[in-house]
Amino acid sequence: MYLPKWIHQFGAPKYFYDISFCISRWFGIICIICFICGLYGGLILAPADYQQGDSFRIMYIHVPSAWMSLFVYMVMAIAGGIGLIWRIKLAEIVARSSAPIGASFTFLALVTGSIWGKPMWGTWWVWDARLTSELILLFLYLGYIALQSAFEDRRVAARAGAILALVGIVNIPIIHYSVEWWSTLHQGPTISKFDKPSIHLSMLIPLLFMVFAFKTFYITTLLIRVRSEILEYECNTSWVKQLLGNNNVVK
Amino acid sequence: MSLNEFFSMGGYGIYVWSSYGICAVVLLLNVIQPIMRERRTIRELQKRFSLTTVNKSDEHL
Repeated sequence: MYLPKWIHQFGAPKYFYDISFCISRWFGIICIICFICGLYGGLILAPADYQQGDSFRIMYIHVPSAWMSLFVYMVMAIAGGIGLIWRIKLAEIVARSSAPIGASFTFLALVTGSIWGKPMWGTWWVWDARLTSELILLFLYLGYIALQSAFEDRRVAARAGAILALVGIVNIPIIHYSVEWWSTLHQGPTISKFDKPSIHLSMLIPLLFMVFAFKTFYITTLLIRVRSEILEYECNTSWVKQLLGNNNVVK
Repeated sequence: MSLNEFFSMGGYGIYVWSSYGICAVVLLLNVIQPIMRERRTIRELQKRFSLTTVNKSDEHL
């Protein structure tokens, strides 16, 4: 199948390995700055909520991690699909490396939501649509990770994982629309693309910083994971041997 | 705002700080684990490559 040349170049493991260090460092710096701004704004500057008091501050980690749990899953499934169709090694590596990060975000969304639910709803957990579908997302991630370690051959594992991820994509709209389709304890969306956000600017701006911090955090840690995966995938190629060969031994 | 007020979070301190604490731990693990893994991978590959080159030079002798 036809692909433009720059995609081939960008998808070449050696080229990606060379540029990824610089990219991950810059995203790491942006991530730290966003975390500092977001935490300062969210924990100190933003006023307490008139209904929820200070407990609403859990939102600043709950909402970004919940959003990222969906975003990372989409990246994982799409990258897996690209790997499945075009057999691009880098896409397989990106899918594989996304799974543990996505699972962490899903875990955080569930745990912080539970801790927020205790004082606000009076219970740690209810089996309603939003919470249950998010829990299924966690199981999808864990299933994917288990599947990756079940195969000796990485490329077979990547293909099997991609199929699981693509089938599991059906869960993503269910999570997103669950608060509209079913009656649930979980509140509806506060920030929507088509509407004015129902949240004051002093609370919204730190949230946007935190969302951006989580996104850049994902990119930074993803790139570090991708780098070691590339080395392991490509350990028999001449460029890796040259890079880590006898001449550059660091003891 | 006093420091005490800040930590008590209007009575919700335990909920707010425990969730921020868990978040910090999980995110830190997500930074440390891949960095350790990269170092381990590089070390192992370097060892493997230096071993193979030693063997090759042995063959020549």
